[in-house]
Amino acid sequence: MDKVLKIDISAEKGVVELLKYLLQNDRVSGVFTLRKTGSDGSFDYALITEPGLLEDAIPLHPFMHVNAGKILSALPSMRKPVAAVIKPCELRSFVELVKRSQGALDDFLLISYTCGGSFPYKTTVKGQTDKLLPEFWKAVKSGLDSDSIRPTCRACEYFVPMNADITISLIGEKDLDSKCSIFLHSGKSESMVEGFKAEISKGELDLSRFDSLVKKRKEQKEKDFKELNIQDSGLDGMIDIFGKCIGCHGCSRICPICHCILCDFESCAYDYDTSMIENELLGRGGVRVPTDTILYQIGRLSHMSFSCTGCGLCTEVCPADIPVSTIFRKTGEKVAGLFDYVPGKDVDEEIPVTIFKEEELSELGND
Amino acid sequence: MKPEGKDNFTPKIVGYLCNWCTYAAADMAGSSKLEIAPELTVIKVMCSSRIDFNMVLTTFFNGADGILIGGCHPGDCHYDKGNYYTRRRFALFKDIMKILKLDPERLQLSWISASEGNRYAEVVNSFTEKIKKLGPNPLNGNPYF
Repeated sequence: MDKVLKIDISAEKGVVELLKYLLQNDRVSGVFTLRKTGSDGSFDYALITEPGLLEDAIPLHPFMHVNAGKILSALPSMRKPVAAVIKPCELRSFVELVKRSQGALDDFLLISYTCGGSFPYKTTVKGQTDKLLPEFWKAVKSGLDSDSIRPTCRACEYFVPMNADITISLIGEKDLDSKCSIFLHSGKSESMVEGFKAEISKGELDLSRFDSLVKKRKEQKEKDFKELNIQDSGLDGMIDIFGKCIGCHGCSRICPICHCILCDFESCAYDYDTSMIENELLGRGGVRVPTDTILYQIGRLSHMSFSCTGCGLCTEVCPADIPVSTIFRKTGEKVAGLFDYVPGKDVDEEIPVTIFKEEELSELGND
Repeated sequence: MKPEGKDNFTPKIVGYLCNWCTYAAADMAGSSKLEIAPELTVIKVMCSSRIDFNMVLTTFFNGADGILIGGCHPGDCHYDKGNYYTRRRFALFKDIMKILKLDPERLQLSWISASEGNRYAEVVNSFTEKIKKLGPNPLNGNPYF
């Protein structure tokens, strides 16, 4: 049984109050949260140690511009844990990074929430934030999807956080504007929140109420997978899908799993010098420049698709509108399924390509 | 030049062979004067787990019609467990190829130990036959890569 805290203010304010309490009572070294940075709807992640700065915090803001998992892994380890309010997919990404020795769960008090999705970042850029927010919260309260959230979010069934120390219940909470329910999952969070003024009870997050939403999202996902429509002949299909790629490598820069300091594809192994180009020309009579865009995409699939948490940022940054995220999720699910692996679910579960079982796959290699 | 069709097709096959088992088996097959299909170009790697599948893709994109990966039998790896990793990665990569509909038949993994010169000849010959039947790699000669 988890400990449940209930406060009589709106959910977003409740979280800010909790963060303030943690910071003022020196339970945490700092707070990591989304924060308004301007009057035009712009926002950013910030690491805050001065409680006064939390006035501008918007921890539950339904927008995603970077994957916080990647940022958390870059933060220094501090005297005490840092309270971080992040989305479930960001949390899963962070867990994947922890498995790759790119961070430590102990450095953070991880706070997450049942996520109603995010809007495309473009809507902020165009200054439409205020128009969308009321509609979003109305949809969250009724446990439905808002119409304008990102397609990736509409096809995401992992909106209940895994591995969080504290979960804020949002989806399906009818009185979000006046009540805030906070679930404490671990001894760590219970001792940190001790003394916080709230109505305390015991309970569990009721997962059954999400059944219809999970079903709907899964259906949407299957539909997206189908619509990918990879052609039967491998080559034409590849050119249809990845032919538009301009080789900017934006998808790997924004990807939380792609943490390599020097990506293989940016190393000199893939630099085409004159002799290589000449060689290509001799063989084919023509060569596409920039080179290796399709190799890059498929290579990346083989490097990290099994760890893809489906945050969807790759699709969003792609200037050529390639549905990168859908392709990665489709491939990733199949590959991870081969080894019963759910990315970001369990920090002790090892990455499938770094382990093996002696008795498995014995049918391979006998040809 | 006559265009290459299925009848007069000489496949280009690349073999990534592990130094300790399959490469030694190739040596043995040679010194035993076994008949081996000549289309295979051998690239020696220290262990089959050295093969990143980018290498496989690059090889395909550069026009190889088939790729043979040779390693020690599971449990016999010179480095103790390299081939177990190869096996997992191979399974993973075949799945990716299947999803992208990239003709996984052109890629083969075979365990051939140092003493199996006969098996080496058999594997190479049958794989070459198979590739001949499949015809030229559609990726070959395409300027889009």
